[in-house]
Amino acid sequence: MSEPILELRDIKAGYGSIKALKGINIKVYEGEIVSIIGANGAGKSTTLMTICNIVQATSGDIFYKGERINNIVSDKLPKMGLCQVPEGRRIFPRLTIEENLDMGAFFRNDKEIEDDKERVFGMFPILRERCKQAGGTLSGGEQQMLAIGRALMSRPKVLLLDEPSLGLAPLIVKQIFSIIKEINSLGTTIILVEQNAKVALSMANRGYVLETGNVVMEDEAKALLNNPDIQKAYLGE
Amino acid sequence: MEYFLQQLINGITLGSVYALIALGYTMVYGIIQLINFAHGEFFAAGGYVGVIFMSYLLSQGAPAWVCLSGSLILAMAYCAMLAVAVEKVAYKPLRNSSRLSVLLSALGMSIFLQNGLMLTQGVYDKAYPTELTQGGFEMGNVMLSYMQLFIVSLTAFLLVALNVLVFKTRIGKAMRSTAQDKVMSALVGINANRTISITFAIGAALAAAAGIMVGLYYGSVRYDMGFVPGIKAFAAAVLGGIGNITGAMIGGFIIGMVEIFAAGYISGEYKDVFAFVILIAVLYFRPSGIMGENVDDTRV
Amino acid sequence: MTIPEFKKHWTSLGIGMVWLFILLWPLLGIKPEGLEVASTFNVWWRIALGCSFLLFLYQLNKAGAFKFISRPAGAVAGSMKSATSMVPMAVWFVIGIACTALIPQFAGRYAQDVAINCMIYVCLGLGLNIVVGLAGMLDLGYIAFYGIGAYTYALLSVQFQLSFWICLPISAGMAGLGAWLIGYCSMRMRGDYLAIVTLGFAEICRMVLNNWMSLTNGPNGVTGIKAPGLYWFDFTNGMTLEHIWLKKLSLIYYVILILVVFTIIAVYRLQHSRIGRAWEAIREDETAAEVMGVPTFYMKLLAYCSGACFGGMAGAFYAARMRFVSPESFTFLESAMVLSMVVLGGMGSIPGVILGALALIALPEIFREFELYRMLVFGGVMTLMMLFRPQGMLPSKRTMRSGKD
Repeated sequence: MSEPILELRDIKAGYGSIKALKGINIKVYEGEIVSIIGANGAGKSTTLMTICNIVQATSGDIFYKGERINNIVSDKLPKMGLCQVPEGRRIFPRLTIEENLDMGAFFRNDKEIEDDKERVFGMFPILRERCKQAGGTLSGGEQQMLAIGRALMSRPKVLLLDEPSLGLAPLIVKQIFSIIKEINSLGTTIILVEQNAKVALSMANRGYVLETGNVVMEDEAKALLNNPDIQKAYLGE
Repeated sequence: MEYFLQQLINGITLGSVYALIALGYTMVYGIIQLINFAHGEFFAAGGYVGVIFMSYLLSQGAPAWVCLSGSLILAMAYCAMLAVAVEKVAYKPLRNSSRLSVLLSALGMSIFLQNGLMLTQGVYDKAYPTELTQGGFEMGNVMLSYMQLFIVSLTAFLLVALNVLVFKTRIGKAMRSTAQDKVMSALVGINANRTISITFAIGAALAAAAGIMVGLYYGSVRYDMGFVPGIKAFAAAVLGGIGNITGAMIGGFIIGMVEIFAAGYISGEYKDVFAFVILIAVLYFRPSGIMGENVDDTRV
Repeated sequence: MTIPEFKKHWTSLGIGMVWLFILLWPLLGIKPEGLEVASTFNVWWRIALGCSFLLFLYQLNKAGAFKFISRPAGAVAGSMKSATSMVPMAVWFVIGIACTALIPQFAGRYAQDVAINCMIYVCLGLGLNIVVGLAGMLDLGYIAFYGIGAYTYALLSVQFQLSFWICLPISAGMAGLGAWLIGYCSMRMRGDYLAIVTLGFAEICRMVLNNWMSLTNGPNGVTGIKAPGLYWFDFTNGMTLEHIWLKKLSLIYYVILILVVFTIIAVYRLQHSRIGRAWEAIREDETAAEVMGVPTFYMKLLAYCSGACFGGMAGAFYAARMRFVSPESFTFLESAMVLSMVVLGGMGSIPGVILGALALIALPEIFREFELYRMLVFGGVMTLMMLFRPQGMLPSKRTMRSGKD
């Protein structure tokens, strides 16, 4: 295979005296869906936050398109095509839905913003209906759609998704995942962090299993799905 | 009736000043949840720098409008710079520590700036040049001085400009989203630190304008003049719903009116009490203020 | 240390200094007579030099040039700590009290005066510590209760000639009652709203004291307050009980010392009781405490009132010691002063608050010659303290960990 688009080499990070990541290595190739699974507190969200430099890596290197991005401040990353939908969606509750989408294209100055907005509305018709409503008035599933839509507005090369299924009804989860698949088929590389290991692995190309800050297993997603240890620990079988 | 009209005019004038100061409090509070105690000092510093430049320009023989607008612009720029400096030195390093430490840091800055003003400018009142804005319209016994007209129209202009800035421009959008979620704003590409600095600068510039207005209106400035109007303006910001820009404007006008009418109709000595009584009553019955949305009040 | 980092620090210092110069210039060098640079430059170069020196030290320290000092110093501090922790707190407490009790035997009038002042603030700080440090409510108007206490004793003493010892509990009670009234309508608020409401109440209190001429004599204050009296053995003709006024400084010193000891013990007992635990639970998470069955409203009210009682007591003593009160002693600055003692010393920790009071009252006295610059330095130090040691000088073990909110 060619060069990975995103690579984490021996990343260590933490909050104060707590070490959340103890040296993890992850490689993501262009066009893939990579899913990171693990229990609560395994360091999944921290991994994504470290990639976006919200949490500083204490050691190790992060490479994006061959460039070391450890010291690039987080607000420069969306412009480089690295975009995150964080845990808990974090839409702007007092901005309208349209403004929320505009925020996704904040750094952009081109003429195609409106087209992209149309594209997002096409993907999530419910958002168009409510586009003048404040973001905080949406239901959980709609907020998740808005968060994904907002991330798409920045035309990401790599999209980091943190628990998109959190707190949503199974039907909505299905819908969201099919959209994620669609986004991936349009050429966006996706890193998917999930508790819902079964769904995540069934749509991913490859998977990583995190346990207390270490990568304990990495393999093709199918292989992981069929791995008896994984089945026992994460798939409840 | 004439008395009432006169009081109304005075109330609007005073309310303009409070509204301008309250905006700074509310914007800063909205974005970093800090009661910026040093804000009253920006107001005082604005008054001082205004009088310094005004007297200088006047002594150089500049025409009145140059003196007024020049000193206004310079004082606003000065206070914006001062606020950015204070924010960088005293608040930015504390972004992630407890809110009480930032509050105390702000208190320290307030005392520091107040005494700095006193040391450099002296303990005594500094008089504003009076010849610039004399005269006015008289309708019966109601008097509308040019000064009041100047204050009210300038305030109106600034308020409209601020509204356009906050609700129509990119910077405004960045300010509003940073106020709601700093991490997420960074993830969509907003430089939070720069946005916060800009917010401080705008707030302080408005306070500086208010400082000059007060100086012109009352004829002099004093190094410790920031405290009482600062507290009342903060009360106005809370009254309007803290973090809400429209609310701060309305709150400012209400506090100004209450003060003038209470002084005119009830008792001059207790005029300051009424502002606080109104504040406490509003908070008791409607804790989020007049315009306040559901603020997240769980964080201490 | 890398070169880019080095460069970054010095460039930001450079920008900062240019910025500072621009900020100083209007205040110092622009006058109606004309523009001037010399006077601004005169102040500026000192600051610039000082900052460069500090940054230089910082860089050296980062490069490890001071290891030969900091390593042994750290070792000494460590061994000191382990040595002191062997002695129980109570012993330290007794030693401290004994030393304080001996002060009037050695020190002059001035030192006793400062010490009395310090101890008044220790009482105030400990009282506010209950509200801020234990229950986690931000109170910016604490000084109002100090004022209520002081005026209660002043008026009772002047109008009814009541003795200090009767008035002491009455003052505490009045302050507590005032707190109950204020607290009853504001305890439902949280965080900054509470702060601003307490600030508002304190300002109202001061203005009422200032304007109610018939009762309080307004800004002129109340004079002719009696000092505390005491029956004491008189040995001149046999052994009789004589009533004496404790006007001598060294005698009144012991009165406040007793009050301080009482306050410390009371606050300690409160902190380690069921109620104290409830307060700390409220501080950590009010909602969680409430659903676990802590009656948060009454507990907060209780914290507010008991804090106020100690303030009222300190106020009564203040009136008795100065024998004069005026509204000017109860401004917002005093509230800020007491609050900074609590926070600088370490919230929720009794030794911390005592240390904070010592630092804020005694240290400025030492620099009396720089009277003009005193408040300037006070403000600056307060900010610096928060920047470099936000948890306070002697943080309590429990609050130490809560870095954020």
